[in-house]
Amino acid sequence: MFWRMIFKTLSRQKSKMLMISFTVILGVSLSTAMMNVMLGVGDKVNRELKVYGANITVRHKDAALMSDLYGLTEGLGVNDKFLYEEDVLKLKSIFWGFNILDFAPILDGNAIMSVKGQPGAVGDVSLMGTWTEKHATLSTGEELSTGLKGLRTWWEVSGEWLGEDDDSAVMIGHLLAAKNKIHVGDAITLTNNGIIKNFVVKGIFNDGGNADEKILLTLPAAQELMRLPGKVSSIEVSALTTPDNDLARKAAQDPRSLSPDEYETWYCTAYVSAICHQIQEVVRDGVAKAVRQVAESEGTILNKTTLLMILITILSSIGSALAISNLITASVIERSQELGLLKALGAYNWQIVLLVLLEVMITGLGGGVVGYFLGIGFAQIIGQTVFGSYIEIARMVILIVAVILFFVTLLGSVPAIRYLMALKPTEVLHGK
Amino acid sequence: MSKKILELQNVSKIYGSLKALADINLSVNAGDWLSIMGPSGSGKTTMINIIGCMDTPSVGNVILDGVDISKENAASLTRIRRDKIGLIFQQFHLISYLTAVENVMVAQYYHSMPDEEEAMEALAKVGLKDRARHLPAQLSGGEQQRVCIARALINSPQILLGDEPTGNLDEENEGIVVDIFRRLHDEGVTIIIVTHDPEVGDVAQRKIILEHGKVVDDIDQSATFGESLKLRSQERN
Repeated sequence: MFWRMIFKTLSRQKSKMLMISFTVILGVSLSTAMMNVMLGVGDKVNRELKVYGANITVRHKDAALMSDLYGLTEGLGVNDKFLYEEDVLKLKSIFWGFNILDFAPILDGNAIMSVKGQPGAVGDVSLMGTWTEKHATLSTGEELSTGLKGLRTWWEVSGEWLGEDDDSAVMIGHLLAAKNKIHVGDAITLTNNGIIKNFVVKGIFNDGGNADEKILLTLPAAQELMRLPGKVSSIEVSALTTPDNDLARKAAQDPRSLSPDEYETWYCTAYVSAICHQIQEVVRDGVAKAVRQVAESEGTILNKTTLLMILITILSSIGSALAISNLITASVIERSQELGLLKALGAYNWQIVLLVLLEVMITGLGGGVVGYFLGIGFAQIIGQTVFGSYIEIARMVILIVAVILFFVTLLGSVPAIRYLMALKPTEVLHGK
Repeated sequence: MSKKILELQNVSKIYGSLKALADINLSVNAGDWLSIMGPSGSGKTTMINIIGCMDTPSVGNVILDGVDISKENAASLTRIRRDKIGLIFQQFHLISYLTAVENVMVAQYYHSMPDEEEAMEALAKVGLKDRARHLPAQLSGGEQQRVCIARALINSPQILLGDEPTGNLDEENEGIVVDIFRRLHDEGVTIIIVTHDPEVGDVAQRKIILEHGKVVDDIDQSATFGESLKLRSQERN
């Protein structure tokens, strides 16, 4: 009898129930889209922010100490401390290896440069040996391509990028090139400690920073020139990270201050400090530090984007609750005689409330299912439009949306429930 | 001597400065047929609300089947109403999207368990078995009121309470409904009817006249009771 009454009411009040459904569809679709985008946007925003370069640098612990204590970035105690090139690929073996998108070892040094066709040597220039686009196969069998090219996406290059095996070519910063009238295709000679090597200028780059006065060459060439085989000065790392919270900040100070549970949570979350800690575990003598400006910008943008999505979800839920509230209250007032009659026939308040709530919940459920799938569609449209890729559908959104839908419907029903509780059969049944 | 089924002891109902009922004393025996009459505003509806457990008195006691219900809370009153009272309304108040038999079953559902066979029997009792699958809109006013009576009777209440049950009916249907009351009375059902209609009031065993919330007359019509019914029946035929 109960279900018969519910379904007959639903079919009799089609237009009102369709309005409620429509309201739920709008609210749920918006919430679903926002939450899927919110949960999927972290990686997407992070990837977008990777154009700003590395967010972690790894240096030798002594060099890092000199830098921390005295602000030194070169000289004795800094330039003569090296990491091992063979440790670089181990970065991909850490717990958060998949979050490490790009990395490149850097070997800094100096050499005397002379340009073919120009009399006399130019003088001492800074060198930077690196992997530009290294292809490697990890011990896990995973194919890898990484290097400075992925970390300097903003470089404007005239000519070409150095290739992996271009050991006889260099790229020159545009300020250094302009100062010495060097063009793409010119030949230069670099001399260091009696080693003389000839190179062809393959490209001229504009970094917008200190690198514009440097010469970029492949790591093997730099190691040979500087007589430092297998050594690197630092490693630049670009990693997808989770914005810092109090736990991450506490761990960044000293991971040993964490309780075992806190440590596990921190270690298994992609906080920049956790990734740095794990890098240090695989790079001998290495100290990994977050490039704060980049890491914090990522965190700030991500937090603000997430906040925006949450606000939109909350506002759409409130809007839906208000609309549902109006519709249900109107429906209940319209049916006050019928509901008053049920009370007169012996129905308790809770039985009437249950009847009305179930009608609304069934309608809401129908709207919720349609709204959910519509929301997934909206999320994909947002993903394609904003990030140029699909948003991964998070299953947990179903649960969250179901909870939101339940509470929105329940909250929306509160005024109607209050009206029902106060409804006196005597006031609606005597036709006065 | 019949058992006392209902007793109002010094019952008053006060709304602000208005005394809708003033110090009413009334007792009804099981199986009685009582009509309550009076002009508009005399307190008839207030009285039927209190007897029907839909309201409580401001002062005084209401003893229903030996239990004082005047201080009961809303949930208890709902339970008592469900178990002991059958309600008939002037405007029928059938649920428009349920058929006649389903309307009867609703009362069963909130009382115990819906039983379609039993509901059909109740409809048969008021001569509507063949109209059981019709919606209220497909029934005449008289038929709707008979469905309302079947619904009121389905849970075997101790008191059948009617608020102007013939107020919306033509003469013919009024007669049919009064005949049903007569049969129910013969079966021992206690009937209390509020009515404006003197003819309906006159066929009861006992007639209470209310004015300004007070009982101004309590007329025993036992002597003419059978005659009035016979006369009405003859007039209709």
